[in-house]
Amino acid sequence: MDLLNALVVFANFVLLPGITYGAQLALGALGATLVYGILRFSNFAHGDTMAFGTMATILVMWLLQAAGIGFGSLPTALLALPAGIVVAVLFVLATDRLVYRYYRRSKVNSLTLVMVSLGVMFVMNGIVRTIIGVDDRQFADGARFVFTAAQFREWTGLTESLALRTTQAVTLVVIVLVVAWLHWFLRRTRTGKSMRAFSDNENLALLSGVNPERVVMIVWMLSAALATLAGVLYGLDKSFRPFTYFQLLLPIFAAAVVGGFGSPLGAVAGGFVIAFSEIFVTYSFKKVFGYLLPVDWQPDGLAQLLTTDYKVAVSFTVLVLVLLFRPTGIFRGKSA
Amino acid sequence: MRKLLIASVSCLVLATAARAEDVKIGIEMGFTGPIETLTPPMAQAAELAMKEVSDSGLFLDGAKVVPVRNDETCIDAGAATAAAERLVTSDKVSGIIGPTCSGATSAVLTNVAIPNGMVLISPSATSPGLSTIDSKGLFYRTAPSDAREGEILAQIMTDRGVKSAVISYTNNDYGKGIASSIQSAFEKLGGKITLSAPHEDGKGDYSAEVGALASAGGDAIVVAGYADQGGAGIVQTVLDTGAFSKFVFPNGMWGESLLAKFGSQLDGAFGDRPGSDSPGAATLLEMTKAAGIDGNATFVPETYDAAAIMMLAMQAAGSAKPADYKGKIMDVVNAPGEKIYPGELAKGLKILKEGGDIDYVGGSAVEFIGKGESAGSYREIVVENGEMKTVKFH
Repeated sequence: MDLLNALVVFANFVLLPGITYGAQLALGALGATLVYGILRFSNFAHGDTMAFGTMATILVMWLLQAAGIGFGSLPTALLALPAGIVVAVLFVLATDRLVYRYYRRSKVNSLTLVMVSLGVMFVMNGIVRTIIGVDDRQFADGARFVFTAAQFREWTGLTESLALRTTQAVTLVVIVLVVAWLHWFLRRTRTGKSMRAFSDNENLALLSGVNPERVVMIVWMLSAALATLAGVLYGLDKSFRPFTYFQLLLPIFAAAVVGGFGSPLGAVAGGFVIAFSEIFVTYSFKKVFGYLLPVDWQPDGLAQLLTTDYKVAVSFTVLVLVLLFRPTGIFRGKSA
Repeated sequence: MRKLLIASVSCLVLATAARAEDVKIGIEMGFTGPIETLTPPMAQAAELAMKEVSDSGLFLDGAKVVPVRNDETCIDAGAATAAAERLVTSDKVSGIIGPTCSGATSAVLTNVAIPNGMVLISPSATSPGLSTIDSKGLFYRTAPSDAREGEILAQIMTDRGVKSAVISYTNNDYGKGIASSIQSAFEKLGGKITLSAPHEDGKGDYSAEVGALASAGGDAIVVAGYADQGGAGIVQTVLDTGAFSKFVFPNGMWGESLLAKFGSQLDGAFGDRPGSDSPGAATLLEMTKAAGIDGNATFVPETYDAAAIMMLAMQAAGSAKPADYKGKIMDVVNAPGEKIYPGELAKGLKILKEGGDIDYVGGSAVEFIGKGESAGSYREIVVENGEMKTVKFH
């Protein structure tokens, strides 16, 4: 019983939140890492692409809601998601046509492109704030929980409890599907193969007849779709606020770099590493030990490695350690 | 040109050289700096009270009150001190309304007011640290100290049967101050704070914070943050994980957005926010409106009251000398006596002239405790069916 209680506490406060947050970071990092792998620059506007796509989804969702269309116990936003993705993709493609293409054709170095993306970031920042405002918005509807903490307690009769949110379940299903699909797409399809060829050796790929503009377009489409997906899932689970999305850029890049910038599998792993290192290191194990250890051995304090004040520092320490000892990241991406 | 300059300077000197029987009161506020948007209506409110007193003709045998504004800058203690010295030595004011920021207030109090025996009434300095300075009866404030809110909240928590709690505060001076004052007051009442940890505003994920708080455990969680910032993130995560079922919110959390977001999920949550059921606040709002002042702005009632209290104390002492009237300040503010509301300063002056007693209530229902700081009126609030309900006043 005590063992079960300890497990449940751990699952409720470390495992589940870690997996959800990790999955959200991973989706964000996937988009950033694809752009880096193929276009060879860190896209600073990625966080704001997330915000833009989420905003488009919310706007479509409002239309659906006004028309009285719902999605049962699932959030209506999921229904609006395809439309949101389309809007975000069109917007990003327009940005590429208006801004990035010029610089790509002038063969500027990647640092210049990073600065260009910084400019794009500020513009997108402004557009999102102008259209939907700066406020914090909750747009999840439908049933919030698959089961609540109170229900779980009733079923199991344990002292400790566990809650599973609909959004957590959706996030987990989506990340599994997306990663599987992306893996298949990059490994098995002709387009995916040409993208990987372009990423490995641009000149060789060009000589083999890969159409660069087409690869670039597909990368942007994928990255915008992934960003919207990540943004909407994150927003459903927490809330939508343009400023927070902008700040998400840091953990997302940390995740991408830790996993190996340019490596999709690495981005997923990196997302989980960053999320768990933030939550695990700052978690207080007092309650868990309380169930596991005999009374005499129990800690008086909180049994916490670091206080939560250092949460952000933890992910950056992981980042620095990885860069020091394995600069190409866990999955050997391009050196960041 | 030179003649024009001399002429205008001498005009200025003539204009500022008030008549002998006039009483000058300094208004030292942060007219520039971080609170520059707050101070203009505050200064206007002080001047409104001064005009009311001057117009009555009853003040100290028909004396007029002349306001002298000066900039404290809020953050530069040196500039604030210099401004106060100028008010005392060259403008020869009889008292100062201000300073407005806690840091500037403590500098002016120790460097200028105490050495010169000058009375300061600050309308807005809330730092608990100011209560620890030995002010020799020269310092008063019409805004309650943050420590006071901590005491009120700790009392409400104890009354409602909370025996242990955790605190999650926003990581800034306000958050730290209020968290430590709640903790010390609650522990004095026999409660236990198992963990008091900060949260950053505008972050993506608060699972780590809530995990640590949940592990520390307690009857309730006190969220000392902002309703549209990290405070809401903490509340959301607590609700999601079922870590705590009882919420306690200090002043900063009670925004409309809190209930718009969480609605009846917060049923049973409680806390406090400033507010009184005194009719003075409504009267003052009308007066400021008529005078073209933004009466809804922060600290406007407190500033009107600060100026009114200073002038009423002068009247009670029959003298505008700080040494004479400083002893009368507590008398005019606290019971016993006739209650005086905004717009009734003439009535108060008359009663005092006739040797009577007044109990100044003003726009902020001011009552001085301790060495002379506002007790502050707070409403105790509970959430019922997703709506805020005031249950009583403290």
